[in-house]
Amino acid sequence: MLGRLSLDAIPYDNGIIMFAVALMAIVGVVAVGSTTYLGKWGYLYKEWLTSVDHKKIGIMYIILAFVFLLRGFVDALMMRAQQATAGPGHSGYLPPEHFAELFTGHGTMMILFVAMPLIIGIINIAVPPQIGARDVAFPFMNSISLWLTYAGGLLIMASLAVGQFSTAGWTGYAPFSEYPANPSTGVDYWIWALQISGIGTTLTGINFLVTILRERAPGMTLMRMPIFTWTALITMIMVVLAFPALTVALGMLTLDRLFDFHFFTGGMGGNQMMYINMFWIWGHPEVYIVILPAFGVFSEVTATFCNKRLFGYRTMVYATMVIALLSFTVWVHHFFTMGQGPLRNTVFAISTMVIGIPTGVKIYNWMATMFRGRIEFKQPMLWTLGFILLFTVGGMTGVMLAIPGIDYKVHNSEFLVAHFHNVLIPGTIFGMFAGYTYWFPKAFGFRLDEQWGRRAFWGWTIGFTVAFMPLYVLGAMGMPRRMVSYSNPAWTPWLWVAAFGALIVLYGIACQVVQLLVSIKNRDRLADLTGDPWGGRTLEWAMSSPPAEYNFAVIPTVHGIDAFMEMKEQGTAYQQPAEYSDIHMPKSTPAGLVIGAGAFVFGFGVIWWIWWLAILGGLTMLASVIWRACTDDVEFTIPAAEVKRVEDERFRKLALAGQRGDVIDTGSRGRMPFGGDMTGLHPG
Amino acid sequence: MQSLTAFYTAGAVGADERGLIAITAVLMLFVFIPVVSLTLFFAWRYRESNAEARYSPKWSHSNLLEVFLWGGPIVIIAILGTLTWISTHRLDPYNSLASENQDPVQVEAIAMDWKWLFVYPQYNVAAVNELAMPVNTPISLHLTSDTVMTAIMIPRMGSQIYAMSGMRTQLHLLPTQTGDFMGKNYQYNGRGFASERFHARSMTDEQFKSWIKKAKASGQRLDEARYAELTKPSQPEGVTYFSPVKPHLLNYVIKQYHTGSPRNRITRTAER
Repeated sequence: MLGRLSLDAIPYDNGIIMFAVALMAIVGVVAVGSTTYLGKWGYLYKEWLTSVDHKKIGIMYIILAFVFLLRGFVDALMMRAQQATAGPGHSGYLPPEHFAELFTGHGTMMILFVAMPLIIGIINIAVPPQIGARDVAFPFMNSISLWLTYAGGLLIMASLAVGQFSTAGWTGYAPFSEYPANPSTGVDYWIWALQISGIGTTLTGINFLVTILRERAPGMTLMRMPIFTWTALITMIMVVLAFPALTVALGMLTLDRLFDFHFFTGGMGGNQMMYINMFWIWGHPEVYIVILPAFGVFSEVTATFCNKRLFGYRTMVYATMVIALLSFTVWVHHFFTMGQGPLRNTVFAISTMVIGIPTGVKIYNWMATMFRGRIEFKQPMLWTLGFILLFTVGGMTGVMLAIPGIDYKVHNSEFLVAHFHNVLIPGTIFGMFAGYTYWFPKAFGFRLDEQWGRRAFWGWTIGFTVAFMPLYVLGAMGMPRRMVSYSNPAWTPWLWVAAFGALIVLYGIACQVVQLLVSIKNRDRLADLTGDPWGGRTLEWAMSSPPAEYNFAVIPTVHGIDAFMEMKEQGTAYQQPAEYSDIHMPKSTPAGLVIGAGAFVFGFGVIWWIWWLAILGGLTMLASVIWRACTDDVEFTIPAAEVKRVEDERFRKLALAGQRGDVIDTGSRGRMPFGGDMTGLHPG
Repeated sequence: MQSLTAFYTAGAVGADERGLIAITAVLMLFVFIPVVSLTLFFAWRYRESNAEARYSPKWSHSNLLEVFLWGGPIVIIAILGTLTWISTHRLDPYNSLASENQDPVQVEAIAMDWKWLFVYPQYNVAAVNELAMPVNTPISLHLTSDTVMTAIMIPRMGSQIYAMSGMRTQLHLLPTQTGDFMGKNYQYNGRGFASERFHARSMTDEQFKSWIKKAKASGQRLDEARYAELTKPSQPEGVTYFSPVKPHLLNYVIKQYHTGSPRNRITRTAER
């Protein structure tokens, strides 16, 4: 009846895990209790859980990412504490299996449940308005993507309380991840968390690919798209091409584990090298899937805060394409030490280094954008500067690792760990923080506090440097990755420094939490009445903050790159149209939520061999898809009068902002101050 | 500095790799220094409050500059690519290493949970967790795994290479100093991973001869039954010697994975 699930699955002998479970339970009870107390269940269900609005879906993605950022970071702190205290003669406070769950969970969560939802969330919030669209091409599918991602995340959370998580590393190399070597439910949790959220991501890829190609405003040719939209488009092409490889590899591993197939086993004709190849055929493009949108954010931010056009728009587009293409040709560099011949290694080494060319050009272009600009050091720009300085180090060590002769010495060592954190933290994470602080006022109508934002920036930047530079040294000293304890006393001081660095990052994260709370408290003072708090250049800043449900009352017509900047310069940015027409919008639906719930139940059933539960979950998904497919009434109409009411209110606010001198006060030159084209304003 | 084992090595391959790291690092500084210094300079020079600095809000293209922006990285990567082509072929772990000294010492290395078995077919001895090498003599290792994927590495000596079940990989070493060096599996393989270590002892020819004698004298017979017992997961503290050793042991281990046995041989009790 319950498959292999029994009471023994709850690790009540492990104090640390039980503490975490209790904490999770308390947070859950508080959340449920306060929602009930405030009577907000109806609001939550109607306005959020069943919403197909890309803005709300984006926000829910980012909430998921921040929850997992906290969890993944706690894992990191625990690992740093373990390694600092587990020197010669000591064993630290963690048993080896628990440590293995930590490094597996940390990697899985940070890549799939922090970086990916951050990117997809920000793309959801920024891309449709950047191309002048009212929603994505397939709003319901967007909701499915979101809830499948939540289902995957929830499986990871469940593994904490029921059973255990994988010990096979975030890459899950076979045959260690095969059933004979690893029969516990850990690997299955890992497989299904990735599989379910991965299918959600594939759907997101299809959705935004179509959205960007089909939903652009009139006049917005491909070569007039904002650069962030370009990176999103290229990223989504990569998602559509790469994620199926992961889906298939995990599917084959599932067949091995459940039905005694031998795709990747050591014996019976299985080929473990095949798993590693298939994993990295997805895994390497995945690295660029999480970095390219960050590059897009940096481009937007640099142009906006330097008050200058982005240098080399076309170059940026082509460089992004070249990176995307090359990223599919380098996967062997993850295993130069697998015994293939020198020719094969050389080819993949050189293709890896060649990626350094377009990447270097991008960095030079950002510098050329700063050149003869007027740089405002607001939070998004700070993250960008931190990125350029630190990422260059990561790029350098990446080129070093790309040389097989060097890789033979430092593969699987802390040098490698230092390198990929050095590209992923200043690259992806700083990029997403830049995007978070940049588009936050657009999503919520008020800016984030600058003071706390600066503190967060310094905490992360200094903390990152102190935490990861020692790992380069440790790698050169021969320390392997994933060590629960060690016998070389020379490593201990460096590990203490790294642990101290992690504490400084903790300070940065604490500042971000405080920043959010302080900003909510001071939201009136930080309010963005104009919809254009930074002197933006692209169409999303033409909307109010937060935008109306329909984004644009009238779809704008585009005449060039930096469409909104052009409108401001020509004085057409704030002209209220004489009349409005009805707007058709997609209706909310619970189907996405139900499909996500079904996926979770299905995954849980398969993990624990509770087959009736798996069938129940599968049927739930199938039934809601059929039900939704048979529903014709999927749209509703916002009448022109209602649009006019909302827009009148917006122009009233704009006039107020003009009187308050909001934009002029930020003191930047070289942009059209809002007050300058007040002539275009005819409220009511 | 001696603790930076990737740089300060006691083997021929390692010294080669040190040179490679140094050249690459210097080349990379040609990218690093201009990027960092110019970024900081631009940030300071073109700060908003500096009214002195020139401001060109529409300037966004320059063919000449583009040539340099693409040209610079292309030149550096071309140099590095050439260097990579040469070094990868020269440092291929499968290359046997030339030495004035005699024929290479053949070693068969078998990875297990969580230990290494080193077999010396020329001398009919074997040792668990000790790899003895006569100094200035090429060592030719043939590896396989009788468990999950494993990676052998002696940081002070040279390259890393995977050992995989049912397959054979190769690694060549040439110790140039005597000493007791740490050898390790670098690929995570479960509970015993962190403490899985072996001694890589580089010694004079006389010491090596007496090491062989000691192994022969103190050794137990390594036949199929003893071997099967040895493969059970364990973490032996000291070194164990075997002699005589079942002939062609490496082939025997590899072939186990090519028979049609219904289950993958790799089995282990649950991690927790």
